[in-house]
Amino acid sequence: MAKVVENSARAAEELLVATGLEKRFGDTYAVRGIDLRVRAGEVLGFLGPNGAGKSTSMRMVTGFLEPTAGAISLCGINLLTHPIEAKRTIGYLPEGAPAYPEMTVEEFLTFVAEARGYARRDARDRVERVIERVHLQGVRRKSFETLSKGYKRRTGLAQALMHDPRVLILDEPTDGLDPNQKHEVRTLIRELGRDRAVVLSTHILEEVEAVCTRAIIINQGTVVFDGTPTEMESKAPANITKNRMDHVFRMLTTGEGERRATRRTKGSTR
Amino acid sequence: MSIVFRREFRAYFATPLAAVFLVIFLFLAGLFTFNIGGLYERDQADLRPFFQYVPWLFLLILPAISMRLWAEERRTGTIELLVTLPFALSDLVLGKFLAAWAFSIVAVLLTVPFWITLSWLGDPDHGALVSGYLATVLLAGFMLSVGALISAWTKNQVIAFVLSVAVLFITLLLGYPATLDVARTFASKGVIEALASTSALTHFDALMRGVVDLRDVLYFVGGMIVFLWLNTAVIDWKKSD
Repeated sequence: MAKVVENSARAAEELLVATGLEKRFGDTYAVRGIDLRVRAGEVLGFLGPNGAGKSTSMRMVTGFLEPTAGAISLCGINLLTHPIEAKRTIGYLPEGAPAYPEMTVEEFLTFVAEARGYARRDARDRVERVIERVHLQGVRRKSFETLSKGYKRRTGLAQALMHDPRVLILDEPTDGLDPNQKHEVRTLIRELGRDRAVVLSTHILEEVEAVCTRAIIINQGTVVFDGTPTEMESKAPANITKNRMDHVFRMLTTGEGERRATRRTKGSTR
Repeated sequence: MSIVFRREFRAYFATPLAAVFLVIFLFLAGLFTFNIGGLYERDQADLRPFFQYVPWLFLLILPAISMRLWAEERRTGTIELLVTLPFALSDLVLGKFLAAWAFSIVAVLLTVPFWITLSWLGDPDHGALVSGYLATVLLAGFMLSVGALISAWTKNQVIAFVLSVAVLFITLLLGYPATLDVARTFASKGVIEALASTSALTHFDALMRGVVDLRDVLYFVGGMIVFLWLNTAVIDWKKSD
């Protein structure tokens, strides 16, 4: 009984809290007033059109960019005042899964393991584990620049998982993967999301249904939707039967779907 | 910091960059010292020809090393990875710079056979040679710290290279005797001295002559500290560009 209570308390823990996030580049706002709260056990899908501020938001919560305004805490550590300690708690797959082109997968992962504070033997064990976890055995001695897009993405994922972080931020983790690889990575993310806080950005709405417990849509730097995938889908008018999520997405980010929907409803009442 | 240093230092040898760089440096150093500098014809047991040409040789090749330091990280996007790993920004700047400096020291050390040749042929002033090599190593660090700062500013390696050569050329020129002679025709002595004292070449020449003055050493070390500090500030400011 006590165990159950403890588990649910753990699961409810907010691992990523960002409030009033704002980022201004010159005169233009990339992000204006976003709040993010992600608990352990949640996989949050971060959606929005290109240029909506997804990557900028992710870059702020991972400590790459400093917000113009707002507060960020990771596992209870203030990222802005204690950046190094806070960065230890997260794993981050940046957009495009960058890595050093001339290094082999193994060398690159060893570098990340060392950067994460593991010494020789521990580093080797860690590297072995993530190589196995994302199936990189076949390419471990190949240099990064010669890898296919799918393997590059997986190397990036392996790097993010190195220290078994409680918070995972993944910027388009399945971009460029074939359907089999997508399935594999989604299964992995679902698995990881059981006791961690995972934030992933994507353009593929079916992915949100497949792996996310919650979805946030941002448009022009502000949150326009926050809820479960089911809630998101239910926002679509009843007469839409196919690609309902896409419809909601367009409705919320362009207003286009909304106009069409209202026109149709009017037509049907007449 | 040592983790960044090791990765960077190894990266030089992972590509043909190291081999190309070292071969060209040695070839040109040899050419300047023995052929153009006329080491044998001078009939003097010193490495004056080598030390005289080394700043100009550095001017052409050190920016080729420093240009990639940050511009490359920007281009490949790895800067995002590096900054979000639990490193202090100053560790990144220092680790990268020290790796570049260490690599240039490897190149300089490969010219030690010149010294051995000299000892074999005559009886050189080893003290002067030590201070000459000290000056060379300090100059390399100084020039690389300038190049690293410029590389931090831009995403484009070609721009980083050209700008570094231009800036370093001006700082060398300010201490070049011929320039100073021209300046002497219209400027007062005080102005000339002030100008010359800002030049890396003036301090390099002083050290090369075998007089180790702490002020000259401080010029190089202080310059490196200032440029690396600025480098950290620029990276912090422009990391997302």
